[in-house]
Amino acid sequence: MADDLHFKTLTELQSLLSSGDMSSVELTQALINRKEAVDPQVQAFNSLNTEGALAEAEAADQRRAAGEIKGPLDGIPIGLKDVISVKDRPLTCSSKMLEDFVSPYDATSTAKLKHAGAVLFGRLNMDEFAMGSSTENSAFKTTFNPWDLERVAGGSSGGSAAAVSAGSVPVSLGSDTGGSIRQPASFCGVVGMKPTYGRVSRFGLVAYASSLDQIGPFGRSVKDVASVLQAIAGHDPKDSTSIEQDVPDYSAAVASSKGPWKLGVPKEYFGEGLDPEVKESVQKAIDWYADQGCEIQEVSMPNMNLAVATYYIIATAEASSNLARFDGVRYTHRSKEIENAIDLYFKSRAEGFGDEVKLRIILGTYVLSSGYYDAYYLRAQKVRTLIRQDFMKAYEQVDALLTPTSPFVSFKAGEKNEDPLAMYLSDIYTISANLAGIPGLSLPCGLNSEGLPIGLQILGKPFGEADLLAIGNAYEEAHDHSNQHPKL
Amino acid sequence: MEYEVVIGLEVHVQVRTKSKIFTSVGVGFGQDPNTLTDPVVLGFPGALPVINREAVEKSVKVGMLLESTIPEITKWDRKNYFYPDSPKNYQISQFDQPICEGGKVEIELPGPSRNIMGEHMWVELTRAHLEEDVGKLNHFDSDSLVDYNRAGTPLLEIVTEPVLHTPDEAWAYLNALRNLMIYGDISDCDMEKGQMRCDANISIRPVGQKELGVKVEIKNMNSISGVRNGLAYEIQRQIQTAKAGGAIHQETRGWDAAKNVSYHMRFKEESHDYRYFPDPDLMPVRIDDAWRERVEGTIPERPFDRQRRYYEDYDLPFTVTSVLIPDPELCAFFEEAAEASGEAQQSANWIVNNLLGELGNAGLTLADSKVTPAHIAELVGLIKEGAISKNIAKEQIFGDMFENGNMPAAIVEAKGLKQSNDTGELEPVCQEVIDANPGPVAEIQGGNDKAINFLKGQVMKATRGKANPSLVDQVLKELIDKKG
Amino acid sequence: MSDKGSIDIDYVANLARIELTDEERERFSSQLGGILEYFDQLNQVDVSGVEPMAHAFQVENVLRDDAAVEGFDPETAVKHAAAKRNNMVQVPKVVEG
Repeated sequence: MADDLHFKTLTELQSLLSSGDMSSVELTQALINRKEAVDPQVQAFNSLNTEGALAEAEAADQRRAAGEIKGPLDGIPIGLKDVISVKDRPLTCSSKMLEDFVSPYDATSTAKLKHAGAVLFGRLNMDEFAMGSSTENSAFKTTFNPWDLERVAGGSSGGSAAAVSAGSVPVSLGSDTGGSIRQPASFCGVVGMKPTYGRVSRFGLVAYASSLDQIGPFGRSVKDVASVLQAIAGHDPKDSTSIEQDVPDYSAAVASSKGPWKLGVPKEYFGEGLDPEVKESVQKAIDWYADQGCEIQEVSMPNMNLAVATYYIIATAEASSNLARFDGVRYTHRSKEIENAIDLYFKSRAEGFGDEVKLRIILGTYVLSSGYYDAYYLRAQKVRTLIRQDFMKAYEQVDALLTPTSPFVSFKAGEKNEDPLAMYLSDIYTISANLAGIPGLSLPCGLNSEGLPIGLQILGKPFGEADLLAIGNAYEEAHDHSNQHPKL
Repeated sequence: MEYEVVIGLEVHVQVRTKSKIFTSVGVGFGQDPNTLTDPVVLGFPGALPVINREAVEKSVKVGMLLESTIPEITKWDRKNYFYPDSPKNYQISQFDQPICEGGKVEIELPGPSRNIMGEHMWVELTRAHLEEDVGKLNHFDSDSLVDYNRAGTPLLEIVTEPVLHTPDEAWAYLNALRNLMIYGDISDCDMEKGQMRCDANISIRPVGQKELGVKVEIKNMNSISGVRNGLAYEIQRQIQTAKAGGAIHQETRGWDAAKNVSYHMRFKEESHDYRYFPDPDLMPVRIDDAWRERVEGTIPERPFDRQRRYYEDYDLPFTVTSVLIPDPELCAFFEEAAEASGEAQQSANWIVNNLLGELGNAGLTLADSKVTPAHIAELVGLIKEGAISKNIAKEQIFGDMFENGNMPAAIVEAKGLKQSNDTGELEPVCQEVIDANPGPVAEIQGGNDKAINFLKGQVMKATRGKANPSLVDQVLKELIDKKG
Repeated sequence: MSDKGSIDIDYVANLARIELTDEERERFSSQLGGILEYFDQLNQVDVSGVEPMAHAFQVENVLRDDAAVEGFDPETAVKHAAAKRNNMVQVPKVVEG
C-alpha cells in the first residue's frame, strides 16, 4: 500500500486513517521513504527530523486508538516552509545567516497545527528570506520542478510546492508576500492559497515585508487546502495585524456552495507578456465557468501595471528594516574576520546574505533614505491605495476575479538569474493581491504542450476565502488536472 | 563680545509598567543579565510587537501633566540604526504623530538663598513620544557585553524647545519634571537607575544674533546636578573657544562627572539617516474622549499648585514647602495631620523639623515610620490645649512616639507629664524662686521685663517642665507685684 | 526621482551595514539603475489627495493588558550567540557613541 500513498489527497488519507486501513506511522514512514527516493533530485527539503515525525505519528496513532483524535489533521504529515518557527527545530530561511539557528518558540500557525495533531514533516526550501520567484536564491540548494527537473519550482515557497507535487508530503505551508505561494503552486501543478492579510497570524513567520506577508497552505486539492486553512486561520493576540473576524467552516462552504457566481475577468491580466498557451488554458477555464451559468464580466484594473514597481518599493523598504536584526550579534552567523564592532556588522552581513537579499536590502534602504522617502516610499503607499481601490471597485460588480497565476509556465533554472527585473515581472499577476490584502487561490488548469502545469488564479474579496475555495472546487471537481502528477 | 546661551533638553523617562512596551515579559532593574527577555525583546526572527495599554495610558497622563495636546491618533514608526544594544537594529519610536505635542512645564529657579523661593517660569515643550528602551552595553578592556534586560522598557522622550539659557534653568526644569512624574505615578525618575536620562543641546550666539549657533550635544550626564555641571562646563568651553577665535564644531560630547570635563564622542557628519517609516507591525492608537476623560480623572494637583495652596491656605513658608512639595507622600501625611489637628503650621513644623530628622538619623523612610499623621495631630493638640509644653513634647514624647509608635496622650499619661495648670500648686514654687533670686526680681521691679525669663526657667526646672509656661509667667508677675 | 540611476551605493550600503566587493558594487549599481528606471512609471499616476496605505486592513487600538510573564532563562536567550560571556552577548569593544 505504501507505494501508492504519496499522491493521495488529504481527504483520501483521512479516510484511510479513520478506517484503520493505515496508521499515521505507516503513512509517515511511507512519506519518509518517498522523500528519500525523490528529494535527491527535487531538493525540496532543507531538513527532515524523521525520528521526531515518527514519534508525533506514533502519538497520533495512540490518540486515535484511544478515540481522542484532535480533528481532521490528526496524524497527517505537513511540511513547513523554512521560514515558520517550530520550537527547538532549525529555522534557516535558506540563509547562511541562520544556518545554525534553532528557534526557541512556536509560530502561532505551528502551535495551531500541533494542536490539531498534525505531524510536522520537515522544513522546506525557499528563496533566501522569501526573496525570489524560483527558489534559486536559497543559500543551500535549488529546488527543481518535479515536472521537469531542469526547471525551477517557482518561489519563494518552491520547496513547499515541489514537496507536495513530488508526493513527499500531502500538504504544506508556505508564505506569500508577492505571489510566493500561488506562483510555485502554479509551476508545480498543485493548489496554493494566499489568505486575506490578517486571516492567519504572522507571529513566528520570519518577516520579509510585514505589511504583505501571509502564511497559506499548499495541497493536491482545493478541499485539502481548505482543511489546512481551517486549522491555521483566526485572530491571534500576538499579531497586532491579525484581524478579529469569525472563521467560517471552509470545508462545509466548499461542499455546499455551488454558484453560480459573478466572475470578473480583468483585461489587464491578459495583455502583453502572457504566454499564449497559458492564456488559452485560462480562457478555457473561464469558458467552463460561463458554461456553468456563471456571469462573466470584463473588469478593468487600471493601476495593475504599477503593481510591480509599487511592490518592490514597499517590500524592499520593509525588508531593509526587518532584516537589520540579522547582524552577527545575538543569534546569526558572525564573521570570523572581525576586528571591531563595525566589522561585526559589515562582514557578518556580507557573508551571511546572498546576492538577491543584499540587492533588496540596498534598494529598500535607498527608497527610505533621506531625500528619497517621499518620491519612492510615500508615493508607493499612495499607489497602493489606488490598486486596492481598483479591486474594491471590481468587487462591487463581481464575486471574484479569474486570471492566470503567472504569465508563463516554469522556466529553466538559471534562465532569469542575471536580470532581477525579469524575475520580478514573473509575479506581475500575483503581486496586486498582496498590495490590496485580498485572498488568492491558484489551482491547476491544465498542462502546456511540453507537459508543464498552468495555474488559474482566483482572487477574492477580503475574508472571502470560503467563496474562493468553493469556486475553485467546482472547477476542480469537473476536471482532472489535480489528478495529474509528475512522473518521478 | 557677550554671548547668549541656548539650551534644549531631551529627557528620557522610563514609564512604570509591569511588562514591557511591546511584549509581556516583565520589566526591572538589577536582575541577572538577560532574564527579562523573550523572542520580542531579543528581536528573534518572527517575533511581533503588541502595544501595552498601560504604557499608552501613562503617556497620555504625562501629556496632561505637561499640558500637551494629545492628538486623536498616534502611531509608531521605525527608527533604523545599527547598534549592539538595539536588538532589531531599529527602535520602535514615534516620528510624525507623537503621543504628546507641545506642552509646558512650570519651573522654580534657585532662590538667592536656600530659605528664599526663586523665580517661577514656564518651559515650552516641543513634544513627547513613546518608544522602547534599548539594552545595556557593559564595557571591558577587550570587549563589550550586552544585557537586553532594559530593552523594551517603555520610554518617553520629552523634548523642550531651545528655550533654556542657564544651567540653573536646566536644573530647575529637571527637578520640576521629576516632581511631575513622581506626582503622576509615572516614574521615580531615579537617574542612577536610568529611570530618567538627559541629553542636552547647547549653542552660543552673540547677543542680538537671531540664528542659533552651532549645536553641541552632551550625553551621559547621570544626575540632575551632573546636568548643571556639564552644562556649565560646556558653556565655558564654547565661550572660551569663541573668544579665542576658535570654531565650535557640531559634535556629540560625553560628560565625565568624575573629571568634571566633557569629551568628544563623534562629529555630526557621522550622524544617522534614520529612515523612519510607519511600523507595519503595529496599528495606530486612537485616544477618544472617553479615554481622555478617564485619564483626566487621575491627574493629581501639580506640585507648584500645591505649593501655592500651602502658602495661601496654610501660610506655610518656603523653607517648609520646599521640603514637603517634592514628596507627595509626605504632603499627604502632612495634610492628614493638618486636617486632624486643625493646626497646619504646627503639624508641618513637627513633620519637617522633627519627624524627617529622626527618620534621617535612623536611615528610614516615611513608609517605615511608626509615627502616623494621627500621632502628629494628637501631639499638636496636646500642646495647643496646654496639656504639655513644646519642650516636653520634643524631649520626652516625640522620641518615645518615634521609637515605639505609642500615642502621645498615652505617653503623657504613662510618664505623668501632664502640664500643671493649677495656680495653687505653682504659687509655692514661684515664691521659692522669687525668694532665692532677689537680684533678678529687683531688675524686674526696675523695669527690665526680660529678666522674668530667668525666673521662669528656674520654675520650669523645679517642675521638670510640667508647668504651663504662660501660667508661670502670670503667677510670677502677680507675686512680684504683690511683693512690690 | 529625477536623478534616477544615480544611486550612491556606498552611502546606502554603509547605512545597510553591508560590505560590498568591487564586483558587487558594480553589478548592484547596474541592476539598481534598471530597477529605479522601472520605478519611474509611478510618476505617471496622479496621487494628489490619495491617502498613503500602511496596512492592508487598518484597525485601531490593538492593545494588550499590562501583565508580566516569565521570560527566557538567560542560557536560552544567548544560546545561539556566536560569542557570549556571563550570560551576555559578547561583541568587540564598542566605542560609545
